[in-house]
Formats: sequence, structure tokens, C-alpha cells
Amino acid sequence: MNDQAPLLETKGLFMRFGGVTAVDDVNFRLNPGELRCLIGPNGAGKSTFFKCLTGQLDPSEGEISFEGRPITGLNSHDIARRGIGIKTQVPNLFDGLTAHENVWLAARHHHAKAHADKLVTEVMARVGISHLADAVVAKLAHGQRQLIELATVLAGEPTLILLDEPAAGMTHEETARAAEIIREINQTTAMIVVEHDMQFIRQIASMVTVFHQGAILVEAPMEEILRNPTVRDVYLGKRTAA
Amino acid sequence: MSLVKGNLGTIVTMVIGLALMFGLPMTLDMFAIMQLTLYVVLSIFAVSLAYIWGYGGIFCFGQASFFGLGGYVFAVSGINMGDTTVPFLLSIIIPGLFAAALGYFMFYGRLTDVYMGVVTLVVSLIMFKLINHTAGPEYTIGEARLGGFNGMPDVPVLNYPFQPGEFMDPVHIFYFAMGLLLAVYLGLKLLQRTKFGRVTVAIRENETRAQLLGYDVRLHKVLVFAIGGAIAGMGGGLYSTYQAFIDPNAFALVMSAQCLIWVMVGGLGTLVGPVIACCVLQYLTVWLGAVEIANNNFVLGVILIVAVLVLPRGLLPSLQDYGLMLWNRVRPKPEGGDTATADAAATRAGAGE
Repeated sequence: MNDQAPLLETKGLFMRFGGVTAVDDVNFRLNPGELRCLIGPNGAGKSTFFKCLTGQLDPSEGEISFEGRPITGLNSHDIARRGIGIKTQVPNLFDGLTAHENVWLAARHHHAKAHADKLVTEVMARVGISHLADAVVAKLAHGQRQLIELATVLAGEPTLILLDEPAAGMTHEETARAAEIIREINQTTAMIVVEHDMQFIRQIASMVTVFHQGAILVEAPMEEILRNPTVRDVYLGKRTAA
Repeated sequence: MSLVKGNLGTIVTMVIGLALMFGLPMTLDMFAIMQLTLYVVLSIFAVSLAYIWGYGGIFCFGQASFFGLGGYVFAVSGINMGDTTVPFLLSIIIPGLFAAALGYFMFYGRLTDVYMGVVTLVVSLIMFKLINHTAGPEYTIGEARLGGFNGMPDVPVLNYPFQPGEFMDPVHIFYFAMGLLLAVYLGLKLLQRTKFGRVTVAIRENETRAQLLGYDVRLHKVLVFAIGGAIAGMGGGLYSTYQAFIDPNAFALVMSAQCLIWVMVGGLGTLVGPVIACCVLQYLTVWLGAVEIANNNFVLGVILIVAVLVLPRGLLPSLQDYGLMLWNRVRPKPEGGDTATADAAATRAGAGE
């Protein structure tokens, strides 16, 4: 087994809403610098799992530790300050502000003004949205908003980035660009990516965790996942048949 | 040059404000100046809500709690101390601290907007009831009798700083009030340009995202609420000394509702709009009362309905929209311009008031 100290670890994690168990005894481990993809059908508990990791939901049971320290039950802002950034499924931005202001607010939280200004310019260029700097984000297309949110997360310089369906609603070119950016980011930062687009996952990930009914069904390299009959039954079967 | 461009609205507002401050006493009679002083004092109250609601996104239906508290703090401490310098400062500090304490329970208790409106309204009503029941002689603080529903007479007139007995004349009180209004306006505008101010607007836009970036939204909202409470308290203190009298009506629902109307009619998200709305509506109230054509409240109600229907975003933002529309019609069309960017530039220009 892997002796490396995990960057993120959950032990016996449960999230219950009344009689529904959205996250069911999840024991998850992510190593520093790793890029992991989470897949699973709708309602498998992936986004709820992310919300537990970022403090948006208080787990019903279990422990979460990040860089060896417990973060279970901490507020979202405390967890963000410890170095976990998230890009949510639906772009979650300051709609009335410009793209530049959105990214600046992320950078400015951690850095002095001069450094933040420089970082914003760098990050926006890296994601390829410099030309949108003065545009109010509410008026932009979905794919552009996705990229702005990605830049916002990057500007916070987190140790771990959670990406919830980063390629959803993107054009073919934007998806290719997103995959390129994710591979590039992963050279310095650990990531967990929730995605449905298998083509996209093939481009970015080696290890995949499959969620089913709130629990981890299987964890294996991508090629193995594609050959796994159980996974095909619960998730991929429909796609391969099509 | 960019410094001027980015702050053009604020600079123009300050120049007009200073011109009015020094020009009006030269052209108007004493009665008019005294009347204007009341409008200015109430405008400070309007700005307090314009800040927390318009910039901070905090819906407060009980802003009169802080206004009334400022008035009573000034009255009680002024009667006891003689000199009005410290009482005036207390009328800012104590409502600010009270707002911080109330905000702590509301924001750390994760109350949503509707409940926040209800809680702040109830707090103002409790204070109204409470102070109404202090008519007995046992409700005396030092030499100051609270007076219950009869109110507190003999609230001292403002004196020059640390010179008890050297009272300001009405024109100087006008200068002082107007100076404070401009200082509050400028202070809030400058604050909005800082990291704190930008985070305030960011939280208004998307609280969850602000939290996910690491900002402590609850603490930030407490601070914004406290600043608004302190400004309202300042208005209350001035109101109390202006009238040389304060009564429980300073806490009344009518005061809070009026303030909401000023902000709604003037335009949410601006500071100047609510000031204009406050002055115009107050003037109309006085004028309608004098000419006795129709019931004040009926006419003001009609004005509010018309304003909301015709100018749903409020007076100032609507004027800015119309101005922008006209400008877009007459200006030469840029070739291949980015619409979103052009709109953003226009929005930014508008936000400068």
C-alpha cells in the first residue's frame, strides 16, 4: 500500500438528509500532487461529497483531514484559508462584477495589493481570458464563466483544487483548453475532478474513483475502470451501448 | 487622469455638496436654513441604510433602532455632561456597538434576509415600547429623565467642541451637519475602493463564493452593519440636538419605513439617490401639510407607487440608464466593440454617481 502521507483523507464519512444517505461511509485518500477523477451517475453523491470537503455541509458522521490536520465541521472560509479551492458545478461568481474584479478578490485575500494585481494578470493570461477582464460576468457565455471561475480558484493559489464538472457547457475548443489547463495546473497542485465526459477524463486522469449511491464503488486506473463490468452496469453501460 | 476618471462621480458630488454647503446660507433665510438642516440630518440617516442595504445587501427594517438610540444617547449624556462634544461621539459609538452586537447574533445565527428584516423590525418596536414606558420619575439617568411617551425636553444645543455654553448658531449647525453628510459620503466612497469595500459588494453579489474564497462573511457583515448603525446613530444625535427634544417616535416604525422609502425611491446601490429622495419627499411632506390640498400620507403613497412603477431601480440608477441610452444613441458606434466590455465600462461610470 501507499506509505506517503495523504494530502486529503476521509474516514467513515456520512452525509444524511433525513432518511436519505447522500454520502455513505466514504473512505477516500488523495496523495499530494495527485489528480483524481470522480465519476458516477447523477445522484451518486459526488457534489455532496465536495460540499462536505469544503465545509458547505457539515458531515453527519466521520472525519476529514487535510495535510494531516482535521477539518471536519470547519467553516467554508476556514477550509478555503487552509488551501482547498473549489469550482462549483454551476458557475458561482460575483455576477455584477467584472471578470478582473472576480479574480482580484480571490488573489487579494492572500496577497498584498501589488502582488495580487500581478497575479491576476498572470492567471487570466494562463486561462486565456485576459480579453474578458472588463466584462461583467453576468453577461458572458456559460463556457467563459466556467473559465473565469477556474481563474478565480487559481488566483487563491490553493494546495488542492476541487473541480465540479469543469467542462460542462463548454465548446469543443474550450473543453480542449480546459483539459490543457488542468494538466498544467496539476504539475504543481493536487486536484479532484468530477466529470461525466469520459473523453475529457481520458485526457486528464490516471486514477478514477467511481461513486454509486453515495459510496465508493471502485478505485482504479482509467483503463481498468473502462473494463470493469460492475462500473459499466451502474454507469458506463449506457454509454458503451450507445 | 485615470484617478479623476474613476472618481468623477464622487468628485462632482463633493463639489456640488460643498457649493450647496457654503452657497445656501448666503441665499436663503434663517428659517429655510433650519429646515434644510433637518433634511440634511435625515439624509445622514438615509445614507446609513443606503450603505448597509445598497452596498452590503443587508435588509434592515429597523434602522430607526440605531437612529433613536443615537438620539437618546446624545440627550441623556448631553444633559448630564453639559458639553455636547463627548455626547455627540457617544451617539455614534454606542449605536455602532449595539448594531455590532445585534449583527453578531443575526449573522452568526445565519439568519436569511426575510428573517433579518423581521428581527430588526421587532427590535425597533421593542425599543419603541420600552422607551414609551419610562414616563415615571424612577426612569432617570443622572439628571436626565427619560420621560416615556412625553419625550425628553431640554436636549442641549450643539456647542463648539469642548466649549460648553458656546452654542453653535443655526448656520453653523447647518455647516456642521452638511459637513458630516459630505464626510460620511466621501468616507463610504473611499471605503468602497478599499479591499473591505470590494469584499462588501462581493458578499452582496454572492455570499457563498466569498466564503469559498476564504472571506469570513459573517464577521464582514457584522462590521458593515455596525458602520451603518454608527451612521444612523450620528443622524439620531443630530436630530435630537436639532429639535432640542427627543421622544419615542425616533424609534417608530414610521421612521424605519420612511428610511426604506428614501432608499427605494432614490435607488438601491447609490448614496446620493437616497439623499435626493429624502430631501424631496421631506419637502413634499412639509409643503403638503402647509397647503392642505390632500392627506400627506395619501399623496406620498401615490408618489411611492408611481416611483416604483416608473423607476423600478430608483431615481438615480434610472436617470443613469436614460442618460446612457441617450449617449449610446448619439455616440459614434465603435467597430467590432465588445458589448459586454462597453456595458461594463458604462456600469462602472454609473456606479461613480
